[in-house]
Amino acid sequence: MWILRSVKSIAGSDAIRPVLLMLIILVAWDLCVRIFRIPPYLIPAPTYVVYELVNQWPMLLRETLPTLYATLGGFALSALVGIPLAMLIASSRTIESYLYPILVFSQSIPKIAVAPLFVVWFGFGIFPKVISAFLLGVFPVVVATVLGLKSIDKDMLDLARSMRAGPLRTFLRVRLPSALPSIFGGLKVSITLAVVGAVVGEFVGSNSGLGYVLQVANGNFDLPLMFAALFILSMMGVVLFMLLDFAEHLLIPWHASRRDEFAGQT
Amino acid sequence: MSAPHVAVRNVHIEIRGLTKTYKSKTGSVPSLKPIDLDIDKGEFVAIVGPSGCGKSTLLKLVAGLLPATSGTIRIGGANVKEPIDDIGIVFQSPVLLPWRTVRDNIMLQIQMRGRRAADYEEAVARLLKTAGLEGFEHRFPWELSGGMQQRAAICRALVHDPSVLLMDEPFGALDAMTRERMNAELQRIWYATKKTVLLITHSIPEAVFLADRVVVMSSRPGSVEAIYDIDLPRPRDLSIMGDPRFVRYTQDIRKHFFAQGELDH
Ligand SMILES: Nc1ncnc2c1ncn2[C@@H]1O[C@H](COP(=O)(O)OP(=O)(O)OP(=O)(O)O)[C@@H](O)[C@H]1O
Ligand SMILES: [Mg+2]
Repeated sequence: MWILRSVKSIAGSDAIRPVLLMLIILVAWDLCVRIFRIPPYLIPAPTYVVYELVNQWPMLLRETLPTLYATLGGFALSALVGIPLAMLIASSRTIESYLYPILVFSQSIPKIAVAPLFVVWFGFGIFPKVISAFLLGVFPVVVATVLGLKSIDKDMLDLARSMRAGPLRTFLRVRLPSALPSIFGGLKVSITLAVVGAVVGEFVGSNSGLGYVLQVANGNFDLPLMFAALFILSMMGVVLFMLLDFAEHLLIPWHASRRDEFAGQT
Repeated sequence: MSAPHVAVRNVHIEIRGLTKTYKSKTGSVPSLKPIDLDIDKGEFVAIVGPSGCGKSTLLKLVAGLLPATSGTIRIGGANVKEPIDDIGIVFQSPVLLPWRTVRDNIMLQIQMRGRRAADYEEAVARLLKTAGLEGFEHRFPWELSGGMQQRAAICRALVHDPSVLLMDEPFGALDAMTRERMNAELQRIWYATKKTVLLITHSIPEAVFLADRVVVMSSRPGSVEAIYDIDLPRPRDLSIMGDPRFVRYTQDIRKHFFAQGELDH
């Protein structure tokens, strides 16, 4: 009886739940591979993957760093370019009608198709990867920020105007803070896409990074290594996402989605 | 129209031949027929009228938030072309910033105007007390009831000590009981601060209870249909709503709406 209850209380904690689900999936995966006798060159058992992870850890860690840097670089660029670009678009209908369609157009170009071009232009270094991560990451930032800046209450703007505040003051005190929840929504999508973008960049022209590891493993039918690299990539996405979530928590504790915890603190 | 005032008046807000036509893609919407209205210094004027007759439009014109199509508005003798310093506005919704506490929301008025917050600490404290918000200054707006939020918005409109207070259905979202309490409190605040007040409302009892004069507007395009001088002793308490004179005023005003075939409340 108490076992059941303690299992329940463990499952009740927020941090444990995803881990629990992962464990269940891993066990199911392992069982499937054993029961259906799936050969390792199609799907490796999780034990193989774990073995590979431990065995190859120094190499994997070494190759994780370039991917991480490219992701962070692309993400930073997405934020630094995307947010001001969105401000520009939100500030004037004319600018919006010039820029937005081009942005959507460029977003629809498959990045994997143009990525080789970056190698031609920028060589084999980190730069083409950053650009690739940036190109994938910038669009959600722009869309979300434009939405956030435009959804502000009309009365709120009238109020600001009645206080005779200039455009800068209105922007800093009213527009930007009220757009922050939206901006963070965009940033969170952006960071996960930046990981994808960095790997895409590594696929086409690189001799380092997890994308490169993936490609080599793929060529050698080394599925355990491939799964291990994929696992690290996903963990990277998760950790970066959680860091952003934490930053959001610090910056906008007043948002409707967080009020319970916030009010509880004060 | 009311009989011309004989006594010497100290006109604070002067509206002359004011019209407003909204231009949009689908055509132009005439919203105000020529309006003439004088409001005295320290007077409390309430405006009632059917929905869509242009009450909010009139308020925004007086606030300088909208350009007039023709006609003039003068406040304290100066033409209103854009928002002037001497005005405080309360909207139908409180429009408080959720990331600022009650106190900081009130201070927004000061900061946005580029004034020093330190000079207004005392004014904020006094207003919070008058509005019955003492002890809530460090709460966030979403921790407050609707009535308290609206009171905070009124404090914000008054903190820079404007001589004119404009209110657009400030209590429209409140239940009848809270609304009556807010009416009594607003009267007290007005009594204590002696502002010139222009209040837009859907509620005829609210208008009669609070105002020195009630302006009845006709349906769109709005114009002044009648003006009632409310000759009831001050300070009024809520029991005055049972007074035969009070009932008379509300009935007389309500007749305009029956005649127009429209009644919101
Ligand atoms: N921005 C706008 N563009 C075009 N027409 C408008 C605009 N704002 C208001 N109107 C029109 O002007 C008329 C008056 O609007 P207004 O908001 O002043 O009415 P109101 O008397 O305040 O109504 P309510 O009591 O429902 O708040 C309405 O018929 C409305 O359709
Ligand atoms: Mg209105």
